[in-house]
Amino acid sequence: MLMRPFYRYRSPWSEMARLQREMDRYLDRTPRGSWWSEAAGYPAVNVWTETDAAIVTAELPGIDPESIDISVQDDTLTIRGRREREEMEDLTYHRQERRFGSFARTIQVPFRVQGDEVNATFEKGVLRISLPRAEEDKPKRITVRTG
Amino acid sequence: MTEESQVALQEAEKRQVAETEAERTRDRLAFVPRADIYETDDAIVVVADMPGVDESSLDITLENNVLTINGCVEPMQPEGYSLTYAEYREGDYVRSFRLSDEIDGEGIEATLKDGVLHLNLPKVKEARTRKIEVKAG
Repeated sequence: MLMRPFYRYRSPWSEMARLQREMDRYLDRTPRGSWWSEAAGYPAVNVWTETDAAIVTAELPGIDPESIDISVQDDTLTIRGRREREEMEDLTYHRQERRFGSFARTIQVPFRVQGDEVNATFEKGVLRISLPRAEEDKPKRITVRTG
Repeated sequence: MTEESQVALQEAEKRQVAETEAERTRDRLAFVPRADIYETDDAIVVVADMPGVDESSLDITLENNVLTINGCVEPMQPEGYSLTYAEYREGDYVRSFRLSDEIDGEGIEATLKDGVLHLNLPKVKEARTRKIEVKAG
């Protein structure tokens, strides 16, 4: 899967897109254009970033948090899991829209991740993974000494 | 990079409530929750996926055999972060069902766990399936 670029550096274009998005949110309408990406698999993910950390969120209703497997390598995050259908007898289905089965999703974050500090929570069927940037990946501040 | 999608679970996109379907009082996006509905001898059961909804933000009404589920979602906004890549949107959930059987409104039970609503709608006694024996004349 090819990832769309992250806006690592806030270009004027990304700022424009952000404004457009805020306007769309404000006006409660479906955003047009390329900002909202088609989900490249299940689950659909949203990625929030700041300079030294990222948060990946996904909606996984009805999934046993124990069955969610999260792994991180360098800048790649993999989420795996399974949603089981309850086995029931003596019933007639009128509607079946909910999906069951296994899933695996791999996404790339804009920096290398400090693997041992990754932290995940699962609340109300929403998975939230905090990914701190690896120490060695952080930009170094260089102080200029005067002679 | 490869995507190891094992099919089965797809359709990640959420269905948005058509603007004509209902007048919304909240200035918020609304989605139609995916639901399973099944019937047993003595109840109708509705199971709906509503991630982001909790007990306090859920409202269920039954009026004239129309069951309406309304769940409010507080959009996520981690402080200091900006949304840089997005595949799904957050919004409320709204859905109505017309129930064919007479439902015992007093006996309705709702549980919400991990973003999934289970609604048990017991049928009134008279509406339960009765076996009618045909007597030979």
